[in-house]
Amino acid sequence: MLIKSRKNWQLSENEATPLSTYKTRRDVLRTMGIGAVASVGITSAGVASGLLGLGEARAESLSYIKSAYDPNEAQTSHNAVTGYNNYYEFGTGKEDPAKYAHALTTDPWVVEVAGEVKHTGSYSIEDLIRPHQLEERIYRMRCVEAWSMVIPWLGVPLADIIKRLEPTSRAKYVMFHTAVRHGEMPGIGRPVLSWPYVEGLRMDEAMNPLTLLSTGLYGEDLLPQNGAPIRLVVPWKYGFKGVKSIVKISFVEEQPQTSWEKSASDEYGFFANVNPQVSHPRWSQASERRIGEFRRRPTLMYNGYGEEVAHLYSGMDLAKYY
Amino acid sequence: MVIFSTKKLISHVIKPIVFIALLAPLLWLGWHWSLLLENQPNGLTANPIEYTNRFLGGWGLKYILLTLLVSPLSQLTAMRKLMLLRRMVGLFAFSYVLLHFTSYTVLDHYFNWAEIWQDIVKRNFITIGMLGLLGLVPLAVTSTNRMIKKLGAKNWKRLHMLIYPISILGVFHFSMMRKGDQLEPKIYWSVLVFLLGYRVYRFYQRRAGA
Ligand code: HEM
Repeated sequence: MLIKSRKNWQLSENEATPLSTYKTRRDVLRTMGIGAVASVGITSAGVASGLLGLGEARAESLSYIKSAYDPNEAQTSHNAVTGYNNYYEFGTGKEDPAKYAHALTTDPWVVEVAGEVKHTGSYSIEDLIRPHQLEERIYRMRCVEAWSMVIPWLGVPLADIIKRLEPTSRAKYVMFHTAVRHGEMPGIGRPVLSWPYVEGLRMDEAMNPLTLLSTGLYGEDLLPQNGAPIRLVVPWKYGFKGVKSIVKISFVEEQPQTSWEKSASDEYGFFANVNPQVSHPRWSQASERRIGEFRRRPTLMYNGYGEEVAHLYSGMDLAKYY
Repeated sequence: MVIFSTKKLISHVIKPIVFIALLAPLLWLGWHWSLLLENQPNGLTANPIEYTNRFLGGWGLKYILLTLLVSPLSQLTAMRKLMLLRRMVGLFAFSYVLLHFTSYTVLDHYFNWAEIWQDIVKRNFITIGMLGLLGLVPLAVTSTNRMIKKLGAKNWKRLHMLIYPISILGVFHFSMMRKGDQLEPKIYWSVLVFLLGYRVYRFYQRRAGA
């Protein structure tokens, strides 16, 4: 079987209920039962009604805690967040992902953990996420194309998961791969980028409390066009760092070459930190259009998250390491 | 008699139809903007300003190529009177490109001339687009019968050969802006190579005949 790695730390979480990892999360929640729900402190009405056999229509409603991360700016409409996407595996048009991504099979889903890490193996989403409390984080999202959104994500800090996986001292970077599904992704027939889509973070970036592994937004599971079932969210970097539909997480010594670097390294660097002073060769990054607004607004250094992340780059020439 | 009636057919029937057809994208755009402003579902995506700018640039470029198609079509089909439509197609091309520039300065940058100027001088694809637009201005200005007379047919023809470099600038602008997947730019380049190649072919054929 693909699911081969039941680690010690997992057993302590899962002992009470033998868990078929190939079940949907909905099923999982049901089998967990009320006791398990109480033990992890789930309070959401959505899940409660799901457990009582009600609310099938909105059975994807998830339980989560609110977090302090909120820029206190108007949130971008659900329609725009789920209807205006860059996800080239489904086509280069902004509306292609919403049109075609529903074909993506997201259940079952297996994430392979590999490289310089103690607990290598194949994990289901539940294995990765369930030991943690889902949190809502409202983040700005700044696309490299100079538009932006404000999105209420659901997820868990990547740092928490990395700690459980126990990378070795040789792990300097984390590398992520998006799924490649020939029958399901009409965009990969064209050589737009090299597939699979590869992204990466330096270890200290990956461990920053802002970095999120997300499984949902607006209180519900991610839709495929947003990177279901699991994706990365790095709010101080351009949106393309937020690799979608992750099937592989590798811990590596060398800085990985990302798909966009491979395609145009003069335009897209490894770091891709939001920076109004460093232009893209074909357009200025000084301002952006918030989706739903008419006038441009100034772009903020590190997308407004400088307090949390500026120290990661002290002493680095940001015009060179863009 | 026959010639008179085809001319009449063109000016009274075909020309108005082509006029409406060339205007149709703009009418569609206006209709969807009115839907947007009334908060109705519309086809302008969640980023209507970017969509509008690309839409107008896209039609401007198509119409430039269409202008270049008129004379080969009239020669190859021996429907000489098609040439009566060329000025209108060319003026539409200019109008859409001008609206493309307007949407860029007004909708996208809201008269932020400092930013716009930076873009024009620093971003190669925009510099090239600007050269294309500037090249179209004298062609539009000299499109009236009076100006043709004033310039004389020979000078007028020479001036309007500007459309060849403009068409190259237009496709170049497009393919530079579209990094990544070059499928669409490649289609435009192929059409352009055909349209300009046809003229080169005619030129040498006429020389050989002379
Ligand atoms: C002959 C003149 C021009 C033609 C034929 C033309 C055509 C085009 C085309 C076909 C596109 C791509 C549309 C798409 O992706 O679907 C485009 C994009 C663009 N054009 Fe032009 N253009 C011209 C002049 C200009 C001028 C004068 C400016 C501004 C000074 C300009 C600014 C832009 C910008 C900023 C984009 C990119 C829009 C984006 O990334 O969303 N263009 N143009």
